[in-house]
Amino acid sequence: MSKIKEAFANGKAFVAFVTCGDPSLDTTEQLVYAMEEAGADLIELGIPFSDPTAEGVVIQSANERALAGGVTTDKIFDMVEKMSPNVKIPMVFMTYANVLFTYGTERFVKRAKEVGMSGVILPDIPFEEKEEFASVCAAYDLDFVSLIAPTSHDRIAMIAKEASGFVYCVSSLGVTGVRSNIATNIGEMVDLVKANTDVPCAIGFGISTPEQAKNMSEYADGVIVGSAIVKLCEQYKEDCVPYVKEYVASMKAAIK
Amino acid sequence: MPSCKLEDTMKKGRFGVHGGQYIPETLMNTIIELEEAYEHYKNDPEFQAELTTLLNDYAGRPSRLYYAKRMTENLGGAKIYLKREDLNHTGAHKINNVLGQVLLAKKMGKTRVIAETGAGQHGVATATAAALMDMECEIFMGKEDTERQALNVYRMRLLGSKVNEVTSGTATLKDAVSETMREWTKRMDDTHYVLGSVMGPHPFPTMVRDFQAVISKEIKEQVLEAEGKLPDAVLACVGGGSNAIGAFYNFIEDEGVRLIGCEAAGRGVDTAETAATIATGTLGIFHGMKAYFCQDEYGQIAPVYSISAGLDYPGIGPEHADLYDKGRAEYVPVTDDEAVEAFEYLSKMEGIIPAIESAHAVAHAMKIAKDMGKDQIMVINISGRGDKDCAQIARYRGEDIHE
Repeated sequence: MSKIKEAFANGKAFVAFVTCGDPSLDTTEQLVYAMEEAGADLIELGIPFSDPTAEGVVIQSANERALAGGVTTDKIFDMVEKMSPNVKIPMVFMTYANVLFTYGTERFVKRAKEVGMSGVILPDIPFEEKEEFASVCAAYDLDFVSLIAPTSHDRIAMIAKEASGFVYCVSSLGVTGVRSNIATNIGEMVDLVKANTDVPCAIGFGISTPEQAKNMSEYADGVIVGSAIVKLCEQYKEDCVPYVKEYVASMKAAIK
Repeated sequence: MPSCKLEDTMKKGRFGVHGGQYIPETLMNTIIELEEAYEHYKNDPEFQAELTTLLNDYAGRPSRLYYAKRMTENLGGAKIYLKREDLNHTGAHKINNVLGQVLLAKKMGKTRVIAETGAGQHGVATATAAALMDMECEIFMGKEDTERQALNVYRMRLLGSKVNEVTSGTATLKDAVSETMREWTKRMDDTHYVLGSVMGPHPFPTMVRDFQAVISKEIKEQVLEAEGKLPDAVLACVGGGSNAIGAFYNFIEDEGVRLIGCEAAGRGVDTAETAATIATGTLGIFHGMKAYFCQDEYGQIAPVYSISAGLDYPGIGPEHADLYDKGRAEYVPVTDDEAVEAFEYLSKMEGIIPAIESAHAVAHAMKIAKDMGKDQIMVINISGRGDKDCAQIARYRGEDIHE
């Protein structure tokens, strides 16, 4: 069983996202330890990109802060290399295609595997363009995570059949960010995924409260939370670790 | 020179290695719907007839090909013709693409259009077509550009559009594109994104090129009529590259015609304040396409600069990237200083105030005309008019005028 699949093996999974280097890479490392302790089952490490077109303002600003602070892909690899022996749960990178492509996709994927990562999520790579990245990930035994959206309809079966790691089920239209209301018919989307693959399915985009997490987790194998965590990092900066830990614990408790 | 047959470049929205559809899954069905609609309507005689009527009766096509006699004599080399896209309704080539896309959107049953704009020309053109075809319209424009081009902001509002100031990133054209893409992922059922250049995911680079190709179709007919032969060189400014591809397209297979794209070098290609993508960029993936981009070694997109808000973009369209790879077109950098000089030169020499974007092409023409023979013909695409730039150029020269 892949490390990612294991993360979904013990009840509903809580997937936590942080932007690397916001406010500093040391804090990111401490956040990962704290989130694991608080019950997170999988960590998404965001590699900042200058122009994150799928992100709302919260994660956009985090990317800007991290880059202004001098974070680079190499520094992130070094941080992960140091941290990963202490982390039992799987970690995946979430970033944009250009970050891999410009680094050299194979060089990036090889290094990601070496430092202990389990997968990669690229929100600007749809099914039609995935081969160029997914084939390299497969060669280095890294899961290339596919996304499905409320607009995917007839595309879901095709995407699910080739899914690896988990299926990232985008809850609503638009970009990442906290939402008070998620109107999409999630159940229908997840059913279509389930009919075509046994890869687990996690729902993300817009989830911030324990109630939303509990509600969403009833449809899928896990929930993904990003902006709500990044907001705490923005608010409390270097002191954010205990706040994030407490928040993750409350979210995990809600979906148990 | 390797062959450059057009059908090679048409496979799955690829131009050599460039192009593609690098966009979030949320937009894929919308893009596929657009691709199918475009494939249908581009071969629909009724659609084409309607578009031609709009281009001719509303936008004022065909635009004139004007023999610039004084400029020719002054520079003492090639015979210079100016393709007067500046005379189109709304003052630039942008209207060609916009009329096509808004008409297509209307046929698709969309009721709302959104668009990015840099200098404001594409925003004004989109707002105009939206008014004409009774569509709701929202324009996204970098905050810095709304200040550089305040008059165009007013024009868009006057035409009934909402103008959203974009404050993210560098608050210029690339951020306006990003923000319009974000808006489209929120609302696509009733909304079409009228992309303003030959960039973004397939089918935009092909579709926008087809709508702009009318420029080179006319140049070819007009120059053949005037001179009985093809031009030796066609020059155009390049940001994303829509007026340039429009001016080049029907000459691509005529290998004797030099195609020269003039990029905005800003304060120089050896400085960080430049937007010259071919001169300083590398292969990357951004804004839905694989092409050349100004970026650092980690793929972070560079905060580019040019005096021209319309060329202030860190990438170049995939077909240009491919024409460059194949050696079919040349791309040269032109600085702010050179462009401003050309802006003033054409105004005084021919009584034509070009857009500061187009002045980049004029500037390069001034450099190379004298090295060409008197029997050689050069066509410069004057992609837009310069009224919008007067206040800014005055400031550049240390004069403060009120708009």
